[in-house]
Amino acid sequence: MKPKHQRLLLAVIAVFALLGAGLIAAAALREEASYFYTPTTLASANVAPGKAIRLGGMVQKGSIVRAADGVSITFTVQDKDKTQKVAYRGITPDLFVEGSGVVADGRLGPDGIFVADSLLAKHDENYVPKELADIDMNSAEHTKDTLSK
Amino acid sequence: MRRRVMHRFANPARFLRIAKPLTPWLLWLGIALTLGACLWGVFFTPTERLMGDTVKIIFVHVPAAWLGMGGWTGIAIASIVQLVWRHPLAGVSARAIAVPGATFAAICLITGSIWGRPTWGTWWVWDGRLTSMLVLFFLYLGYIALSNASSEKGDTSRVAAVFGIIGAVNIPIINRSVIWWESQHQKASITLGGSSIDQAYLVPLFVSVAGFSLLFGALVLMRMRTALAEMRIEARMRRMADY
Repeated sequence: MKPKHQRLLLAVIAVFALLGAGLIAAAALREEASYFYTPTTLASANVAPGKAIRLGGMVQKGSIVRAADGVSITFTVQDKDKTQKVAYRGITPDLFVEGSGVVADGRLGPDGIFVADSLLAKHDENYVPKELADIDMNSAEHTKDTLSK
Repeated sequence: MRRRVMHRFANPARFLRIAKPLTPWLLWLGIALTLGACLWGVFFTPTERLMGDTVKIIFVHVPAAWLGMGGWTGIAIASIVQLVWRHPLAGVSARAIAVPGATFAAICLITGSIWGRPTWGTWWVWDGRLTSMLVLFFLYLGYIALSNASSEKGDTSRVAAVFGIIGAVNIPIINRSVIWWESQHQKASITLGGSSIDQAYLVPLFVSVAGFSLLFGALVLMRMRTALAEMRIEARMRRMADY
């Protein structure tokens, strides 16, 4: 074997070993590296009430209820299978609308309601001009399928 | 035959003959396309249904992100070529890519932060996508420091080349971070399967990507020519010192 081929073989082995190590590390971090719990992972994670966590998902349509004081709201976060009720007091981000994504910092209360200290809006990967989106601003639900129609 | 193709561009003199006239073409075409795409994007695209005018930062953010990642991919390929085939231009090109690559990674982080404040409600979060992109920027800084510290003017040390290959692990992690882990950053809009960006934004975005890519190419060629010139000066100085 020529030295050049030896080096090539070594480089190929090194690249595959590195990729393998990276993939194994990423797979091991699957749970830990997630930025938030979804209602489904939260339900199975057995998180103690009062522990600071993050919850993310879609704001369920028709679930936002504003209290009489004007700053307290409750809403429901949903993913494919489960839902989680959330209470929040404060200013909501501009992109916080029903049918769109949200990430909430907070903790589970003893009554099972998630009490949020802060809300971040999470938008999806679709970019649609305003005049093309024949939807009202309270509903951001849009998918790749509805767009291609 | 293959050997001849492989080494056709190995000769720095031959490379310079092609690179010299190519540089102004890439540079001016790149500047024209980038400026045109940005003006088009800012003034002649509609407001977005949820984000309003904020969406228009996409015409800088996405090309910067792609070139930041593409730059390191280039460094990794050049490093392999350097270590396996001992190609004299491989190390030079890897070093030439590093500074523009780091710059584009930084532009991506800065524009993303500016974009995140009005849309998400925060300048920064430590989710998988943002963190892995920041790691890429730090890898660039490490590579620049390592290659400057450990080698002569033009060529790149083997330590830096090995570092360039190891750092490439981060590239698929950045790409997959929004799929593997729940993240604040949304999933990819443009995939091999298609795009979920409306045509009104997609066309100027691709023009912008083309423009920034040509600029990137021009910068790399300029830096490679500078490095080769410095190597020649050094070689001549050494010869003169021998007399």
